Amino acid sequence: MTLALTNFILSVIATSTPLLLAATGELVTEKSGVLNLGVEGMMLIGAIAGFATMTATGSAVLGVIAGAGAGAALALVFAALTLGLLANQVATGLALTIFGAGLSALAGASFVGVAVPPLPALDIPGLTTLPLIGPVLFGQNALVYLSYAALGGVAWFLYRSHAGLVLRAVGDSHDAAHALGYSVSGIRLLAALFGGAMAGLGGAYLSLAYSPSWAENMTAGRGWIALALVVFASWRPFWLWVGAYLFGAIMYLSFYIQGLGIDIPSQAISALPYLATVVALVLISRDRTRIRLNAPACLGQPFHATA
Amino acid sequence: MLRLRLEPRGARSAMWAAASPLLAVALTVVGAGAIFALLGRAPGEALYTFLIAPLLSPTGVPELFVKAAPLILIGVGLALGFRANVWNIGAEGQFSLGAVFGGGLALAYPDAPAIILFPAMMVAGVLGGMALAAIPAYLRTRFNANEILTSLMLSYVMQFALIYLVTGPLRDPQGYGFPQSALFSDSATAPILIEDTRVHLGVLFALLAAVGGWIVLERSVSGFALRVLGQAPRAARFAGFQEKRLVWLALLVSGGLSGLAGLFEVAGPIGQLLPKLSPGYGFTAIIVAFLGRLHPLGVVPAALVLGLSYLGGDAAQIDLGLPSAVTGIFQGVLLFFLLACDVLILYRVRIVRRGAAPSLKIPGAA
Amino acid sequence: MSGPEEPAPLPEPPLLELRGIVKRFPGSLANDRIDLKLASGRIQALLGENGAGKSTLVKIMYGVLRPDAGEIRWRGKPTMIANPAHARRLGIGMVFQHFSLFDALTVAENIALGLDDPEDRKGLLSRMAEISARYGLPLDARRVVHDLSVGERQRIEIVRCLLQKPRLLIMDEPTSVLTPQEVERLFSTLRQLAAEGCGILYISHKLEEIGALCEEATILRQGRVVAACDPRRETHHRLAELMVGAEIKRPARRKRAASPAPPRLVVDRLSVRSDRQFGTDLKEISLTVGAGEIFGIGGIAGNGQTELMEALSGEIAAGRPDAIRYDGKAIGGLDVPARRALGACFVPEERLGHGTVEAMTLAENGFLSAYVRRSLAKLGLIDRRRADRFAVDVIGRFDVRGGGPGSEARTLSGGNLQKFIVGREILQQPTLLVVNQPTWGVDVGAAIAIQQAIVDLADSGAAVVLISQDLDELLGVCDRLAIIAGGRLSPPRAAADMTMGEIGLLMGGVGPRSADAAA
Repeated sequence: MTLALTNFILSVIATSTPLLLAATGELVTEKSGVLNLGVEGMMLIGAIAGFATMTATGSAVLGVIAGAGAGAALALVFAALTLGLLANQVATGLALTIFGAGLSALAGASFVGVAVPPLPALDIPGLTTLPLIGPVLFGQNALVYLSYAALGGVAWFLYRSHAGLVLRAVGDSHDAAHALGYSVSGIRLLAALFGGAMAGLGGAYLSLAYSPSWAENMTAGRGWIALALVVFASWRPFWLWVGAYLFGAIMYLSFYIQGLGIDIPSQAISALPYLATVVALVLISRDRTRIRLNAPACLGQPFHATA
Repeated sequence: MLRLRLEPRGARSAMWAAASPLLAVALTVVGAGAIFALLGRAPGEALYTFLIAPLLSPTGVPELFVKAAPLILIGVGLALGFRANVWNIGAEGQFSLGAVFGGGLALAYPDAPAIILFPAMMVAGVLGGMALAAIPAYLRTRFNANEILTSLMLSYVMQFALIYLVTGPLRDPQGYGFPQSALFSDSATAPILIEDTRVHLGVLFALLAAVGGWIVLERSVSGFALRVLGQAPRAARFAGFQEKRLVWLALLVSGGLSGLAGLFEVAGPIGQLLPKLSPGYGFTAIIVAFLGRLHPLGVVPAALVLGLSYLGGDAAQIDLGLPSAVTGIFQGVLLFFLLACDVLILYRVRIVRRGAAPSLKIPGAA
Repeated sequence: MSGPEEPAPLPEPPLLELRGIVKRFPGSLANDRIDLKLASGRIQALLGENGAGKSTLVKIMYGVLRPDAGEIRWRGKPTMIANPAHARRLGIGMVFQHFSLFDALTVAENIALGLDDPEDRKGLLSRMAEISARYGLPLDARRVVHDLSVGERQRIEIVRCLLQKPRLLIMDEPTSVLTPQEVERLFSTLRQLAAEGCGILYISHKLEEIGALCEEATILRQGRVVAACDPRRETHHRLAELMVGAEIKRPARRKRAASPAPPRLVVDRLSVRSDRQFGTDLKEISLTVGAGEIFGIGGIAGNGQTELMEALSGEIAAGRPDAIRYDGKAIGGLDVPARRALGACFVPEERLGHGTVEAMTLAENGFLSAYVRRSLAKLGLIDRRRADRFAVDVIGRFDVRGGGPGSEARTLSGGNLQKFIVGREILQQPTLLVVNQPTWGVDVGAAIAIQQAIVDLADSGAAVVLISQDLDELLGVCDRLAIIAGGRLSPPRAAADMTMGEIGLLMGGVGPRSADAAA
């Protein structure tokens, strides 16, 4: 029983971590008033960059760094277009996803079928072998711990630090922030880069720890689910964690049920996480007041300092 | 230190609205050449293979129209919706459901006379696309749910549904277990318009949709209402245009046209239902809509450009041994450049020295 | 190059001195060789019409904009003010016209955002309390800004400035949104500051205030300094003429109906929940407007004016159909076009984005609201020739300058666009016109033309509801007047019988409520 529960929890952590990483980044980006719909593309680029680097160097650390860097690089393109040239954020985000899918498929063509060892997990003698809590608390790989550190760090940053206050202020009213002398574009650039790096990490987790391998479009919509999670959480870090683990659990269950051989078409079960996303969006969005009070007021609006 | 500075023009520049897509295409060709060079191919030769050679074969130009037809149909609908800030990005799924509805009819009544069966299939295709688009419309107007995410999620769901259908209820019993339906009968196949080519009735309907879309958008009160809603939602309310009705309109029109595109694809070039019906037409049409200036007539040349990227991708795969993903990169880069060039419509770009008065003008910026 | 004349030579260099400041924008010269000297311990005024270049000049002093030419000297030393943080370090504080506040954040967070030095943010709450007490500026640090009144919001800005112990405080149109009582409180704070040695630059176009508060006034017109004087020694009329550069005419007063006309518009206990993020709910609003009457609604912005306007126009649902009756017919359940078809026309407050679509042509913007009454559509298609002709008609009859039917709305100046909007509605020959802030931010010439058009429409028998923040406008044009505060309407009174003091109390939400009057 304990073993089954342990396995269940470990599996849910494994499916939830990429969602949590990517959604944490997007939360910060959106809090600054920038809507980057290119999470899916940045995750794919992060996945292939991490995987290719790992294969080439054999270093998991370099692989993870490359994944984050590649995601941030794509976010830089997004920022240059939307912040520098005031392009429509929705359209640019879609372009990012299309481009990221194409580039990752091209770059990854020679990596299909290659295998790498999964990211090493923590192993503390005496602790990791404890029943249940041992593997869950002390037996994860570095990216899982990083996802928690990032979420906690983001929560602290946004609500306890002055820089986080400035970031929220820019998302709430870019005109007022500009009048006070804050660099709206500079702050948004940093927020977008952070979002890109986190999405890249989410992708790298998939190709280095979850699978670990590369396949075309291996994110399978997780970037979009991460975007939905930010809305689901109403831009609040704690609820982001709840949402990521809820969706991770649904994803895992859809694999699990297929393994049981119940007489339901497997496609119906595979579609479950996507249907659940729609349902979750509906449940949250119907409460317009909550969305209005929590959504950054300038989300998606271009800013040009004319005067 | 040099940097760019944007100065508002005050009014839209009609010249740059027209020139920006051309500049973007030109820059994309240069960019594609650079990417080919990075991949170790001679850029000149690779560009020739990708962009010119596909048109030189006898079937080249007709094939281009065959590829462009679904892009035009979907792109016209998306352009109407995007003008109203209704972001249907689930056209891929609506395309599939249209194909399933129409294709289902074709498989159920293979012996019906074409004069009845084919129009019925077209209607079914439109209804299929509308049915899937109606869900995000309902969820947005009733529950305020973001249609970008819901329409896209439904595309994933539709992909699984399609696999289920062609491996289950609609699988060809004589098909040796392959995941595909039976071939459509002759009366369920789209009529060919030009002999010895694959140019089918859908091409004609695509051009009609472009003209129809133009009339709706530029001349009709509903099209005007869509444009007002997109630019100034409060002004739309002031004018008495109801947002909910317009959201439904935009999603049903784009869904219906996507469904029709799917029907023509299965009743035309494909001829049966398969697990994968589209090489991403629903997403490429988003680029088509933007490259065409969100203008139904502009969608036609834009669809030809992006249709060429599919032909070129195939050619690059066969002749140069490059992955077909080159097409996706070309499309992404094109949209990047387009969005970048569009800044010139509303702004003058000046190069200034940091801290100094404006010095250099960029050509055409006056 | 006539610098302001100093009454006596200063023993030390001026606090801030501007020499030959020039600032160009595409298509306009906002500041043309401006000279200005500001001294410690004095309250000086910068006076000018909308568009005279005051805001541009102030933004240059605060480092938001950079001058194209000219020199700034701070305490005698040539200084390049690089950005607002630099200005604040020098000791320049600024209270903006459109408050630079963040609605979703608390008072304390808003204040912290204006303090650059982490040292300044230590012990913030106790220092806030100290400043609040010393200058009579009560504030609750934990409240979220969107729940606060306009006066409270302004206090946040002032406290934020004072926490940095400024040597110079710039106030950009600070009283345009305050009640007369709040203005009095603000003035005593400013006098106290000046007495402590702080220099104050007070920007306004309100002459009475300047006469009451300032020792010196510099007058700007079309980007230039046209005069400097002691406002206490000049008449208001003289100051106004300097400001406008022409003789000022008020709209022709109309003959007021001796006996009240039969009511055309009857609003009966209208209650509406606002659908805006930080909007105001309407509570039991009742009023009647007769044919030929101009019914004024005054009040501070954000007290339900927008909601009332939209409920009357049909943009938001009115609850009960009979909450709004028009010529005896319950219209509360009708949508906007149906109300227009009955003869009602509307001028919303926001010119761009509500009254017009900025990137659309004047012909299209004419169609926007006139398609019903002027039959500009046939069989679902736009009749472009008629739409064009209608726009040409509006442009010609209402003296709209700077564009033709093919010009985009955003290319017109505020005054000309407002004339187009008002003209568009009036040429539909409405029998009911509801206008919200028709002359806000509009130059004097256009404002008078608009007021005259509204008066003429009422004289021709239409019922007019005029919502405005401008008390002079309301008292000059309206027959009866009521004040909206917190979504409630005061009982209407004849405009001629009301005093500024009474109106001020009502604007602050003090006084009888319409619910009592209805009982």
